[in-house]
Amino acid sequence: MPLLEVSGLRTYFHTRNAIHRAVDGVSFTVEKGETLGIVGESGSGKSVTCYSIMGLLPQPPGRIEAGSAIFDGIDLLRCPPKVARSVRGKRIAMIFQDPMTSLNPYLRISEQLIEPLIIHEKISRSSAVRRGVEMLEAVGMNDAARRIDRYPHEFSGGMCQRVMIAMALITRPELLIADEPTTALDVTVQAQILELIRRLQRELGMAVIFITHDLGVVAGLCDRVLVMYAGRAVETAGVRAIFYQPRHPYTRALQRSIPSTQPKGAALFTIPGLPPDLSTLAAGCAFAPRCESATGLCLGQDPPLVEVAPGHASACLRVQAGEI
Amino acid sequence: MSEPILELKNLQTHFPLHRGLVFKRHTGTVKAVDGVSLAAQRGEVLGLVGESGCGKSTLARTILQLVPATTGSVVLEGRNLTAASAAEVRTSRRALQMVFQDPYGSLNPRLTVFATLAEPMLVHKICPRDEVTGRVAELMKMVGLAPRFMQKYPHEFSGGQRQRIAVARALALQPRIIIADEPVSALDVSVQAQILNLFAELVRRMNLSLIFIAHDLSVVKHISDRIAVMYLGKIVELGRAAEVIERPRHPYTRALVSAIPTPDPDAERARQRIVLAGDPPSPLNPPAGCAFHPRCAFATEKCRAAVPPLERLADGREVACVRVQEI
Repeated sequence: MPLLEVSGLRTYFHTRNAIHRAVDGVSFTVEKGETLGIVGESGSGKSVTCYSIMGLLPQPPGRIEAGSAIFDGIDLLRCPPKVARSVRGKRIAMIFQDPMTSLNPYLRISEQLIEPLIIHEKISRSSAVRRGVEMLEAVGMNDAARRIDRYPHEFSGGMCQRVMIAMALITRPELLIADEPTTALDVTVQAQILELIRRLQRELGMAVIFITHDLGVVAGLCDRVLVMYAGRAVETAGVRAIFYQPRHPYTRALQRSIPSTQPKGAALFTIPGLPPDLSTLAAGCAFAPRCESATGLCLGQDPPLVEVAPGHASACLRVQAGEI
Repeated sequence: MSEPILELKNLQTHFPLHRGLVFKRHTGTVKAVDGVSLAAQRGEVLGLVGESGCGKSTLARTILQLVPATTGSVVLEGRNLTAASAAEVRTSRRALQMVFQDPYGSLNPRLTVFATLAEPMLVHKICPRDEVTGRVAELMKMVGLAPRFMQKYPHEFSGGQRQRIAVARALALQPRIIIADEPVSALDVSVQAQILNLFAELVRRMNLSLIFIAHDLSVVKHISDRIAVMYLGKIVELGRAAEVIERPRHPYTRALVSAIPTPDPDAERARQRIVLAGDPPSPLNPPAGCAFHPRCAFATEKCRAAVPPLERLADGREVACVRVQEI
């Protein structure tokens, strides 16, 4: 049985003018210990999907219209708040993009770090601080016993991200959701943080959902990949299959857009047009208006996500029909 | 070789730090740019890479005279800007323009596209008033925006479109050299490609020189003729773009190139990555000798003893490392 099973998730934002269908029927699973990469550009719904699972959605204007998120038999979207609180922060943890703004600037690191332990476990403050120092050492902070009493502004971006990872992992969760944790960091610091996540994942045996728009990071870190576009899941497969045998025009176009794969001096391949307005989505495949393989059928029918090869699903009617 | 369009000679930009209100004590200096010498040719794209705190943005601002240089000179088409009067610097702005990183912050939200693009033309009086609308329309077409949108405000456009407006603004005075400071970092991959293509086309069509500052090495490799790598206020490597990325000589450049994730699962899992220890150093308290030596796998005593000069190798590459031939 998978660790997390999300089915038919729909999260809409109700504004004065329109309804933005940020997540529009997304299903996926995460197995114990595996790393799932969720890839997509701005507005694809990758962050809102995870915020919905974690109960971090501002409701209103957001609203989870449909779907379930089953974690170890508990539907996180429907269970009583007390049950949800016993899971979130303890068994599922989340880290965010900008470490400098995700930490509370008014509190010392020690306070923020031991807070999950004080809430979720019945241990003394001094024991919690001891665990906190151990955790900081585990994430590579030197002189942790002294620096644990410092404030966030006294650390660099990379160090703040390590503190956030320490905070997330201090309760030894079974699932870590990482929302673009290295996007705001320099590339050498990113390499360190990714290495750290890999190592801790092995040590704790935990699963990771890694949200990013960087295909290079996905290639190195993830076991399976979910590609999202305009609030929908368009392709899901193992990492090698996604890169070496992509089976959706959007995934193929995304890979073609990466500068490192193209000859120097030639104009870069670009996907024509812009991502759609999520409040005025017409029927049919959301990517069809920009797709070089689209036919009339694509504009008429909403394509479901269907398995097209073992362990490989695609939401493209023409791929499902074996045409492309 | 013809004269370079822009020449930086031993440029330094230091920011003194003071303590106290009434009796100021000089407590330290941030050496953001610490001895940069560089020449950009006409029609060349020069990529400038480095991580946070290396001084690349301060360097851009110093070149544009937005920040005063402490010592050294910036020579644009033979004219020394650092020694020039305010009026001369203003005139030089016609030849030297900038595109900033944040497409959401660099445009005045209260000005329409028309007003934003017309402003430089009106300030510098480059054409009669009745021609301005026509020129604005041409600029918009040049960057791929429909002229009928000229009465819209920045918030009505996407990030990529705003960046096109910023590029149009930089082109309004028909400059000969543009400095682009991380112009695509805030954009999605597919939009990045569009803006990069736009820059490449403008460089070709208008014989523009472009200094392209970025931290994404694959983007810089694609668009640049030469690449300069900066570390803590100094240039540590300079050479032809493809060669610097494919065959880096300086240990820092090697670590930087090694850290780039590639979209190839098998290659990623097989590669031996150089993971640097520690954080980038602070420009307030730079290490003695070579600024990179505390994090360098090849450092020896002589690296700590003296700052290594940028030296030219036989193949034309310039590297600031005393051990470059041995490693």
